[in-house]
Amino acid sequence: MMLVVFALVLWAAGWALNVRLASGPAADTGTAQLAVPALFGLTLIVMWELIVRGLEVPGVILPPPSAIGFAFAGQWDVIWADFVQTFVKGALSGYVIGALAAFAVAILADRFDFLKRGLLPVGNFMAALPIVGTAPILVMWFGFDWQSKAAVVVVMVFFPILVNTVAGLADTAAMQRDLMRTYGASYTQTLLKLRIPAALPFIFNGLKISTTLALIGAIVAEFFGSPTLGMGFRISTSVGQLALDMVWAEIVAAALAGSAFYGIIAVIEKRVTFWHPSHRG
Amino acid sequence: MTDAPLSAPQAGVGRSGRVALRLRAVSGTVIPVLAVIAALVGLWYLACIPMNAQQSVLLAERGGAEVSPATASERRDVGGIALSLRNPDPALALAFGQDRPVLPAPHQVAAELWGSTVGLRVTSKRSLVFHGWITLSATLAGFAVGTGLGILLAVGIVHSRVMDMSVMPWAIVSQTIPIIAIAPMIIVVLYSIGVQGLVPKAVISAYLSFFPVVVGMVKGLRSPDAMQLDLLRTYGASGAQTFWRLRLPASLPYLFASLKIGVAASLIGAIVGELPTGAVRGLGARLLAGSYYGQTVQIWSALFAAAILAALLVAIISGVERVLLRRMGLMR
Repeated sequence: MMLVVFALVLWAAGWALNVRLASGPAADTGTAQLAVPALFGLTLIVMWELIVRGLEVPGVILPPPSAIGFAFAGQWDVIWADFVQTFVKGALSGYVIGALAAFAVAILADRFDFLKRGLLPVGNFMAALPIVGTAPILVMWFGFDWQSKAAVVVVMVFFPILVNTVAGLADTAAMQRDLMRTYGASYTQTLLKLRIPAALPFIFNGLKISTTLALIGAIVAEFFGSPTLGMGFRISTSVGQLALDMVWAEIVAAALAGSAFYGIIAVIEKRVTFWHPSHRG
Repeated sequence: MTDAPLSAPQAGVGRSGRVALRLRAVSGTVIPVLAVIAALVGLWYLACIPMNAQQSVLLAERGGAEVSPATASERRDVGGIALSLRNPDPALALAFGQDRPVLPAPHQVAAELWGSTVGLRVTSKRSLVFHGWITLSATLAGFAVGTGLGILLAVGIVHSRVMDMSVMPWAIVSQTIPIIAIAPMIIVVLYSIGVQGLVPKAVISAYLSFFPVVVGMVKGLRSPDAMQLDLLRTYGASGAQTFWRLRLPASLPYLFASLKIGVAASLIGAIVGELPTGAVRGLGARLLAGSYYGQTVQIWSALFAAAILAALLVAIISGVERVLLRRMGLMR
């Protein structure tokens, strides 16, 4: 019980410190912007540890963070192999193929207005559907290995990127297009020098949405069958063995992979669309 | 159809502008959309031929017909397209009516969908209405809880600087995480403490719809600009009055955008929640059972049922949004 009381005291102390930081004079500095959420997260983790130990919650219901940390460090090679199987082979290859396919179709749709008017509502509609349900079909077609996971990812990321790219390609002002016409620019020149650069913020929006979808697709597809390897496989089998510290370690790995993937795309976006108002100043 | 602007001279002659607008919308979207859908269905039928070629040729061979690579083991190395080109007659004739096709034809899926919704009693274990309701009830329960908590947290974030600085970065980071990976664990852990059935799935649904609502609602509650806030201050409005009269109404367009994302995520959560425990009821269970027993038509019909359900849920929210926002004058 002492530990639980201590956890609550710690919570109050952390919150008080955050209140002081957030309402103090230094609140708008970068350090405070980083320190406050970090402190919040840290307090939560320490509370979790103390309460789980204090109430003696069994490890098959909720393992303490330290046990998850040990599982993560101790089984690093297993987690790394799962990561390569699910993320590099499944999610990343599917993401690249899906993005390129969506991009190609978007340029086609942009060229032919009829196609655009037909494809855009259909694409918007498809983007809201539970596409992850195609996983059993694609696993049946492409086998248990990473190819089927990549196929699920292709289908999942295709529509968000398509819809965003088409919207982006339409986002030039009549004045800008007229300017290109007065320069005597051809269709290709206009596309490469004006419309694709103007579409980049939209394209990156689609790419960023799709990073999470890619991981979700790759992990859920493994619930329908996989080689004895992969994050989704490990999660579902470790749950069956009640090895919850391993499950949490895989979830931490998936979370880190997802955030890093998103972060990398966001950094590239910042580099490529430095001229956009949201990145200036 | 002419492409003259509605405001052109004599545009109102003959039929009213409203009718012309409707007609133009028909030719502007409906026809291309129908064309694209027809093309997709055509492609689907076309794809059935090579996808099902192995089995069509096998069936033809059993029926006593001459087929080009004579034995099944030789045929295994031949691709579907090559096989259907070498045996055009059986490949074409038998592609669309198999029991367990690799790719069922659209009419097979439609027939199964019709048969398992309208053709059966709702209480039957094979009725998709029954399975759909199991999934839908978990989705709706989770969506309601997730949305409610999300709105509460957003209100807290907007009114408390500490909460904003502590929680908001985590809410944003959580959007980049494949949260669905937690689903199997939630199911099993809740099962081990004696909770099963609707509640675990609803927990996953709530979790998935929670963060989109928080992020959208915070954006919405912050959308009134300084001018509008200043105006209310000159009226001497209290904090509560500012919230009810300005922030909340202004946030509704953002809320509805998030709700549409959230309800789709909730449905996915409920379906995925049915996968890891080998549930026997619900659309996810139909998908899983179909994939175990190779019942492709059943998988496809469950998939389409899920898609129709998602479309209906999003359409209902869009309808409420349109009526509500129009009455509030937020939408033209």
